[in-house]
Amino acid sequence: MTPSSLKAPTLAIADLTLGFRSWRGYAQVLHGISLDIKPGERVALVGESGSGKSVTARIVLGLLQQLKTARISGRVEFEGHDLEAIHPAERHRLRGTAMSMIFQDPTSSLNPVFTIGVQFHEVLKRADANLTYEAAADRAAAILAEVSIPDADRVLSAYPFQLSGGMNQRVMIAMALANEPKLLIADEPGTALDVTVQAQTLHLMRQLVEDHGTAVLFISHNLGVVREFADRVYVIYKGRIVETGPTEAIFADPRHPYTRVLMEAVPRITGGGIPEIEEDAAGFGDPLVVHEEAVR
Amino acid sequence: MNASLLSLENVTKRFGAGAQQVLAVDRVSLELMAGECLAIVGESGSGKSTIANMVLGIYPPSEGIIRFHGEELPARRQLRHRQLIQLVQQNPLSALNPRRSIGASMRLALDVHRIGPASSRRARVSELLEEVGLPADFADRMPASLSGGQRQRVAIARALACQSRVLVLDEPTSALDVLVQARVLRLLGELRPKRDLSYIFITHDLSVVRNIADRVAVFEKGRLVELADTATIFDHPGHPYTRSLISAVPVITDDELSLRGRLAREPEHEH
Repeated sequence: MTPSSLKAPTLAIADLTLGFRSWRGYAQVLHGISLDIKPGERVALVGESGSGKSVTARIVLGLLQQLKTARISGRVEFEGHDLEAIHPAERHRLRGTAMSMIFQDPTSSLNPVFTIGVQFHEVLKRADANLTYEAAADRAAAILAEVSIPDADRVLSAYPFQLSGGMNQRVMIAMALANEPKLLIADEPGTALDVTVQAQTLHLMRQLVEDHGTAVLFISHNLGVVREFADRVYVIYKGRIVETGPTEAIFADPRHPYTRVLMEAVPRITGGGIPEIEEDAAGFGDPLVVHEEAVR
Repeated sequence: MNASLLSLENVTKRFGAGAQQVLAVDRVSLELMAGECLAIVGESGSGKSTIANMVLGIYPPSEGIIRFHGEELPARRQLRHRQLIQLVQQNPLSALNPRRSIGASMRLALDVHRIGPASSRRARVSELLEEVGLPADFADRMPASLSGGQRQRVAIARALACQSRVLVLDEPTSALDVLVQARVLRLLGELRPKRDLSYIFITHDLSVVRNIADRVAVFEKGRLVELADTATIFDHPGHPYTRSLISAVPVITDDELSLRGRLAREPEHEH
C-alpha cells in the first residue's frame, strides 16, 4: 500500500449529479453532492423519501451506471481510485468483497429457494473462488457466532422463510461483513423489523463494524437511529446536502432551516404534542451549513 | 370522556385447528371511552391487528362479546354497524382503488351508506376534501397522482364520509415521512373533538403514541399485559415488556435519553 492510499478516505464523492431522461423530459435528482468517509468511520446520509439518498448508494455500488436513462456526472473515489476509471470487471469484483450492502428488508433480499448455507457459500466465493462448501460453512459459523447466532448448523441448513425477520437481518449483516469489506452501505437497515429487534440488530452492527474497522455509509430517514449509530451526519434535501457535521454537533445545534424542521417534527417520548409544521419550505434552499469537526 | 363506547369482553381469537392452532388473542377485555384515543401497541404477532379486525367485524371472535353502546355486535354485521366503525389503513395506496378517481371512491362510501340526498353528495365530497386540507378539485384526480400524505388524507376523508363514531387507525403514519406524519397526526388530533370521534390507534411507534393517545394498551403475544393512561405508561411502566418497548425507541434529545436511562434503573411499578 502506498502512503497516498493510506491517507485516502474510504469513499470520496465530489460534485455528484444525477438526472433521469424520460419521455416527459429530464428530471434532475442529485444537484452536486459531495461527501467523504474516512476508514472506519460511520457516516449517515439522512433525508426524506425522494431526497436522493438511495440513488447515491446505488451510484457508489455502480448499479445506476448501467441504466441507459441515467445521466451521471461528478467523481466517486473508493480508496483513492476513481471508480469511473477502473475496468467494469474490476468494479464488479469490488462488490461483495471490498464494498458490500445491507438492504431494508432482509427477508426479501435473501433468495427464497436456496438455503442460507448455499447463499453464504456464494458470498464467500466472491473473495475466494475455490472455496468448498464445507470450508465456507466453517467460516460462516464463525461469523454467525459474531452476530449472536450460536446454532449455525440449523441456520445454515434453513431457508430464509424458516427464520424470523430479526434472524434474517443478522444473517444479512454476517454476509455483508463476511469478506471483510472496507465499506459497508446500509440502506435503512431494520426499518422492516420490530422496534426491539431493530434496536438489537443496530447495536450488533455497530459493535461489529467497530471491531472490524469497517467504514459505513448509513442511509436512513430515522433521526433517532442516526443519532445512535453515526459519527458524522449529512442531511440531504431534494438532491442537495444542506447540513453536515459530527452527530453530536448537529443534534445539539441544528442550524439549517430544513434540519431544524426535520428534528422538530419527530415526536418525542417525553411528550409535548405534535408540532405544527408549515407547508411552505422557506429557507430549505439555504446554502450548506458545515459544523466544524471537534478537535480530538 | 367517561361513557364506554365500545367494549371487548373476554375476547379470544383462534386461527386454524388441532396442532396447527394459533391463539392470536387471549381473553382480552378492553373498553374504548367516548371521545378517547386508545393506543394499541405491540410488536408483530402481538395480536393488535386481530383486535382491529374483530372490532371492524371482518371476522368474529372465537369467544367473547364486542359491544357498541351496550348493544352486542353480531358476528355478521349489518350496514349500520359497519358505518359506525371505519378503518384507515397503513398503506393508503392499497386502500384506494387505483382505477377510480378520488371523488368516485369517496362518493361510493356516501352511496353505500345512503348519506344525504343523492343530489348533494357531489358537494359533500368537496366539503370533506376541504375538511382534511385538500383542494376540492382533487376529486377528479387518480390515487397514483397523489403523494403518500395526500392519499392518507383522502382515506381519512372517506372514513369521515360515513359519519362514523370510531376510527380504527392501523399504523396510519408509519409509511409517511416525518414532516408529513406530523401534519397527518395534527389533522387527526383536530378532527377528533370536532367530529366527536373516538380512535383506536394501532401502532408500534411509541413516540407517536406518547403524543396522541389518552390511554395505552400494551399487547404481547395476544395478551393484554398493561393498560394505563399515557403519562403513567411512559413515566412508570409496570410491565417489563412495556419497558423494553420504550427503551428500544430511537430518540433524538437528551431529555429522552435520560428518560430511557431512568426506566432502565428504576424498579418496576404495579398499577
